[in-house]
Amino acid sequence: MSAPRLPHHSIAVRRALILAALAFIGFFLVLPLVAVFAEALAKGFATYGAALVEPDAISAIKLTLLVAAISVPLNVVFGLCAAWAIAKFDFRGRSVLVTLIDLPFSVSPVVAGLVYVLLFGAQGWMGPWLIEHGVRIIFAVPGIVLATILVTFPFVARELIPLMQEQGRADEEAALALGASGFKTFIRVTLPNIRWGLLYGVLLCNARAMGEFGAVSVVSGHLRGLTNTMPLHVEILYNEYNFVAAFAVASLLALLALVTLVLKTSLEWKFGYSHGSAR
Amino acid sequence: MEIALSSQLQMQAAIERPQRCRRSRKSIIPGFGLTMGFTLAWLSLIVLIPLSALFLRAAGLGWSEFLTVGFSERAMAAYRISFGTALAAAALNGVFGLLTAWVFVRYEFPGKRLLNAMVDLPFALPTAVAGIALTALYSPNGWVGQFLAPLGIKVAYTPLGIVIALIFIGLPFIVRSVEPVLADVRVDVEDAALSLGARPWQVFVRVILPAILPALLTGFALALARGIGEYGSVIFIAGNMPFKSEIAPLLIVTELEQYNYAAATAIATVMLLASFAMLLVINLIQAWTRRKVDS
Repeated sequence: MSAPRLPHHSIAVRRALILAALAFIGFFLVLPLVAVFAEALAKGFATYGAALVEPDAISAIKLTLLVAAISVPLNVVFGLCAAWAIAKFDFRGRSVLVTLIDLPFSVSPVVAGLVYVLLFGAQGWMGPWLIEHGVRIIFAVPGIVLATILVTFPFVARELIPLMQEQGRADEEAALALGASGFKTFIRVTLPNIRWGLLYGVLLCNARAMGEFGAVSVVSGHLRGLTNTMPLHVEILYNEYNFVAAFAVASLLALLALVTLVLKTSLEWKFGYSHGSAR
Repeated sequence: MEIALSSQLQMQAAIERPQRCRRSRKSIIPGFGLTMGFTLAWLSLIVLIPLSALFLRAAGLGWSEFLTVGFSERAMAAYRISFGTALAAAALNGVFGLLTAWVFVRYEFPGKRLLNAMVDLPFALPTAVAGIALTALYSPNGWVGQFLAPLGIKVAYTPLGIVIALIFIGLPFIVRSVEPVLADVRVDVEDAALSLGARPWQVFVRVILPAILPALLTGFALALARGIGEYGSVIFIAGNMPFKSEIAPLLIVTELEQYNYAAATAIATVMLLASFAMLLVINLIQAWTRRKVDS
């Protein structure tokens, strides 16, 4: 993306446009990020640290890690299966399938949470049966995991599908023709080919899984210490006017976002990997 | 919808490519039954069955109740606020996102790569964090709010605050949609237009804008679709006053908390249909783009 020479733009116009864009990015992207850390440290490092080691904060951090540890691998397995089926075979209705996989991106997170309440909640279809058998899904961890899987559903699949389609089938066919088993072909040939795309998808999927708010908020029930993920804990602290603690927990999530951005950007720079835009 | 449209475009182009040589040999690659079976089963369990459950539940309400609770005055006000603010934010993003993309593609300046990476921040930053940070900035005694308050401009706890939150959320959709297309616009065509006596603004309107319009529209539609359903970043800054600053997703949550399942279901169905409509529009824009590119 090197800038082409532009003889017809006066330097003044160019400078004004750059300044306007910088001001816009500064106001809308940089300033909120700085505000998170400034508010978190407003009363010093001791208060900041105390907010992070408080038992409810610890259990929120643990729950967030647990939810991501379950939902991200499941999405990886799904993404690999979907991409294999769609990229390596010809069948009718492929674009319909791709559209259906994309569907969760366009559903409001609140609606994504609600559908599970309607299925598994006390007033839901399976509610009475679940209560009878002592299974809790809504207002419990399984509901949070389900809602997280739904909102992160397309992330890995849609990184892998175009990538594997572009790579074609010749490598796999060669390995198979030389006598490798299907599984070995996948591990030795396909996986190395798609590893950066897979990592890219996992990064984005994980960031969303750990940060999801709306869908999880609907199914969680906000039980402190039990069903509160980090974003929900931030909300509770904030609504209690405990701003420093709220921003302290939020700063951890902001750090996660920064790490995600750094890794994602270095993948793009080093391997020229980018989701479609420059590939 | 996080991932820019261009990947969707490429995905569809890639899907259509192999179909032209469909009558090719039977693949020797194994695993179709297994992977396809798992894909369909998992898709049905996680996405299709739960979403159909919502529609079935809404159908169970019957028309008259659906219309009564789904289009009550409060619900109508919430739709107006959700759609209105999302539209305003997407439009403002259309202008500033285009400006940002232009500056990134056409000019060199120190820190450009870093700032370009920052554009994806709204994709990575949890919405609740964005929400409380923006509220802190724009509340009457916040860093930005304190300068606006003497001017009589209230941002936090008004619909204006919702627009600010949705600008944050929607910005990357526009920038990432427009950037690659803008980079492909040939400078020599601009030079030709200029040497034939066109003014710079004429070159922009007649040469550049038509080329990037499909990408700009797609970005606009993606940002709009995301804005309509957005919850986490909005509820902190909105004030959440019924009829004034209450968005539709929040109304769903409120009804649910009061065990008004009928109202929650009806409003959610309207929102889901709206997102299907947006999805259709986005696909139509992309089909139009492909036709334009092909011809």
